[in-house]
Amino acid sequence: MDVFLNGFRQALELILSLDPDLLEIVRLSLVVSGAALGMSAIMGLPVGIFLGLKDFPGKRLVVAVVYTGMGLPPVVVGLVVYLLLSRQGPLGEWGWLFTPKAMMLTQTILALPLIGGFTMTAVAAIPPALMLQLRSLGATRRQIVLTLLYEARAGVLAALVAGFGAIISEVGSVLIVGGNIAHKTRVLTTAIVLETRKGNFSMAIALGLILLALTFSANWFLLHLQGRLDPRA
Amino acid sequence: MMKHADSILQLEGIRHRYEDHFVLRIPALDIQAGEILAVVGPSGAGKSTLLRIMNFLEKPQQGRVYYHHQAYTPANLPIALRRQMTAVFQQPLLLNTSVWNNVGYGLRVRGERNGKEAIRQALKAVGLEHLARHGVHRLSGGEAQRVALARALVLDPEILFLDEPTANLDPGNVRIIETIIRQANEARGTTVVLVTHNIWQARRLAHRVALLLDGAIIEIAPVETFFQHPQDPRTAAFLTGDLIY
Repeated sequence: MDVFLNGFRQALELILSLDPDLLEIVRLSLVVSGAALGMSAIMGLPVGIFLGLKDFPGKRLVVAVVYTGMGLPPVVVGLVVYLLLSRQGPLGEWGWLFTPKAMMLTQTILALPLIGGFTMTAVAAIPPALMLQLRSLGATRRQIVLTLLYEARAGVLAALVAGFGAIISEVGSVLIVGGNIAHKTRVLTTAIVLETRKGNFSMAIALGLILLALTFSANWFLLHLQGRLDPRA
Repeated sequence: MMKHADSILQLEGIRHRYEDHFVLRIPALDIQAGEILAVVGPSGAGKSTLLRIMNFLEKPQQGRVYYHHQAYTPANLPIALRRQMTAVFQQPLLLNTSVWNNVGYGLRVRGERNGKEAIRQALKAVGLEHLARHGVHRLSGGEAQRVALARALVLDPEILFLDEPTANLDPGNVRIIETIIRQANEARGTTVVLVTHNIWQARRLAHRVALLLDGAIIEIAPVETFFQHPQDPRTAAFLTGDLIY
């Protein structure tokens, strides 16, 4: 019990003292996961809308692939990206291995199917006749898509919450491709692993509490946004 | 095809099928500017499909649809012409936002920023001014359909397509909606194509009535002729309720 209490006390001390190392780790965690969330949203939202609205031969197979992707093991993604980015790998010349860019890439791959899959489900739940109604009201194709995306906003925000929650808290892939290098690729999750291995449990718990607080804050913000945007919420 | 001087929309040689049976077989149909044409018929006669084809929401497999004497398809109808017509369906299909935002949707997609007065007037016309800021999830079925009608009327369309707009509504809301439709036609000259299975509604509102059976127009005539002197025995049977489907 003392370990938890010490961890909680140390977390407060670290936060209040604005420890530069801690701030650097928090900042990098938010930059890496924020950028990955942004990239996966840019790619995943159009994919989700397309899959939610269009029928085409082989769609069932594509949907099965997306659903499988929603459960991708982070360590497997990390391993594949490591092999691609390693010096002998096909993307070795990029020089991304053990940099934040590699971490962003793995987290983008992890969040992409979550955002695409949840968006697809949300868009597919909209009555198909609404598209005809919007056309008859004079909306262009682009305006129809944007309107449908807005109609599916509760599901889209859930997709972003799920994507962010999955990547901010994952450790397997960022540890493999980032290497947990101090002042370069160390993020909250990899720092927790390091402190635990060192037996510095109070510090590990302190970092864990900060990670939880960050995740809670991000989700609270998105839920607040959902409530503001959705009159039913 | 011979075009009437006042015709606004014409159908020519329409044949449309789903799977192995024809849903529509209409050699010619002419909509006059400023009229209310009611298309009546039993469920499954093809009325809604006909409405979607006339509204350029669905392409007929054969035949042409003329708008102002020019043939168009849903794909090549210019957006400016598309925006001269609109539809209200049996389900209100409102967006999950406020009543005000729903009524203003068509104006927003047209880039009209100064539509506040028009929205206010449209809401007043359907008697829902006091619900402007309410979310649509709080509306009754009748109120939701009136919002859908206000959303269409605020655009001041040249043609208004109505697909069973009062089905499942109570008599009070039916009366309100019929009054609004009549006012739009008389005051603004809006051409109305009304699809309904309610022959009494057709009699109350329409200038001309067409009977659609199995995708074919059996008879089309001015409202009094249609009801008092039907030429086709199937029309007479439909009006007396003896035509069982």
